[in-house]
Amino acid sequence: MPSLSVDVGGLILQNPVMLAAGILGTTGASLRRAALAGAGGVVTKSIGSDPREGHPGPTVVQVECGLLNAMGLPNPGFREFQKEIDVAKTSGVPVVASIFGSSAAEFARIARGLQPDAFELNLSCPHAEKYGSELGRYPDLVEAVTGAVKASANVPVWVKLTPNTSDIVELGRAAQSGGADAVVAINTLKAMAIDIETGYPILGNKFGGLSGSAVKPVAVRCVYELASNLDIPVIGVGGVSSWEDAAEMLMAGAKAVQVGTALYRGYEVFKEITDGLSSYLDRKSLGLEDLGNMAGRHS
Amino acid sequence: MKPANAIIQEVRSETATIRTFRFDLDLDPAPGQYAMIWIRGVDEIPMSFSSEDMITVSAVGDATNRLFGLGAGSSLGIRGPLGNGFVLRGDKILLVGGGVGVAPLAFLGEQAKSSGIDVTSLIGFRSSQDMIFRSRFQSLGDLLITTDDGSLGIHGRVAAGLMDLDLSEYSQIYLCGPELMMWDIISKASDHAHKIQACINRYFKCALGICGSCCLDNDGFLTCVEGPVVMADRLLKSEFGRYRRGPTGSIGECRG
Repeated sequence: MPSLSVDVGGLILQNPVMLAAGILGTTGASLRRAALAGAGGVVTKSIGSDPREGHPGPTVVQVECGLLNAMGLPNPGFREFQKEIDVAKTSGVPVVASIFGSSAAEFARIARGLQPDAFELNLSCPHAEKYGSELGRYPDLVEAVTGAVKASANVPVWVKLTPNTSDIVELGRAAQSGGADAVVAINTLKAMAIDIETGYPILGNKFGGLSGSAVKPVAVRCVYELASNLDIPVIGVGGVSSWEDAAEMLMAGAKAVQVGTALYRGYEVFKEITDGLSSYLDRKSLGLEDLGNMAGRHS
Repeated sequence: MKPANAIIQEVRSETATIRTFRFDLDLDPAPGQYAMIWIRGVDEIPMSFSSEDMITVSAVGDATNRLFGLGAGSSLGIRGPLGNGFVLRGDKILLVGGGVGVAPLAFLGEQAKSSGIDVTSLIGFRSSQDMIFRSRFQSLGDLLITTDDGSLGIHGRVAAGLMDLDLSEYSQIYLCGPELMMWDIISKASDHAHKIQACINRYFKCALGICGSCCLDNDGFLTCVEGPVVMADRLLKSEFGRYRRGPTGSIGECRG
């Protein structure tokens, strides 16, 4: 069988299929379960300075083509969370801590308080006031936050980018200038659903982020543009639910992929994707690294 | 699924703080399954079914207090039925419940009885005024009642009723109630844990098995989709009865 091992953004992963931020990442036990089910790496739920309960419900809505969520960054605060990271690390796969803050200084303070295998900076959540894409849509802030965390952390720093912008490459360049070891694209697309019986917006927060199959073509385009223009690696996320989706994302230029919404089908999704990728590479007599060159780069 | 629109057909006051709401939708739930009830403009909360088209609710917070303000003709959003409910096994079963947690057991007992299964019930309340569904349980078969204050039946906690029962007689035991009451029963009946199905709760947000807020330590059991009914021998190896996570994910005490 072909090797699925990858060296991406300062981490060595046994396979390129990771658990995405915000999915089953609240506890060390659930992160470890994802790793034992075959994830090549796991990303925690986004962690901030202080405990947050998140938005009132409904926090998710299933729509025709995917899932809308507005969890609202619930988390116990970074001081409480290292013990969950420690449990997750017992799985043996790299554990990436997703963190959020409202300023470069806050990001840096959280980074100094945690010991994961890498950080992923949430500069892209579309539905939390003062956080996420409210900073992450400004290239100068992306660069400043990235630089501040790089100066405070002794592990790799990845930056998760928002697609809710006119030019994601500009944001990717800002992360690269700030010293990021990789970019992760994309976070959810800002979206909304309304209950037609009553006119109420369904999400407790009214607005949320769309994930799942609907966003995959947007994610593939973003990954392709970023990989064509950056020197640092790109990790692809957005609607990956099968090995075919993963292969497409890798062909777009991603060095690894993350899986989120597809976990509603169960933890088996990791093994389905890695087994499918292996068989595909075998059938095509290709190595994993060959996929990145197959889509071509026609700028 | 998006929330379905359910019209409240009837509201029954069971006690001063517990009401039953009957909807115009029969969602064909199994006893032990739950629905996410959307009280529009307030919150979405998980509720166990007390029959095919009813939920029975104790007023404990903002969302349930607002729900109590709704009468017949009002509407709610509803996602469900969700999760894995109780599974009937064998021909002689025991129901053990406490407080409003007896609601799914009444529903289960009625299904069991109509299938010809022999049903015994042990249900406990703080006081006689807090008792619900007495006639439903009486019609199922043998009934033992406990009250904490001794105002009715056996004086003591639900576990006090275990002394009057030989648990080895039952092919399966079904448990629902406050966590510490359930823990008390499971601890005292641990030799029978392999045949106790417990309906538990954790902090549910997504109810789809993706947000992770309801995962149990140490194996990451996803209560919202793999539960809420779980075998007690699994609970004995978990956080259950010792601690639970709240809305932030912080670890806190068990209630009840």
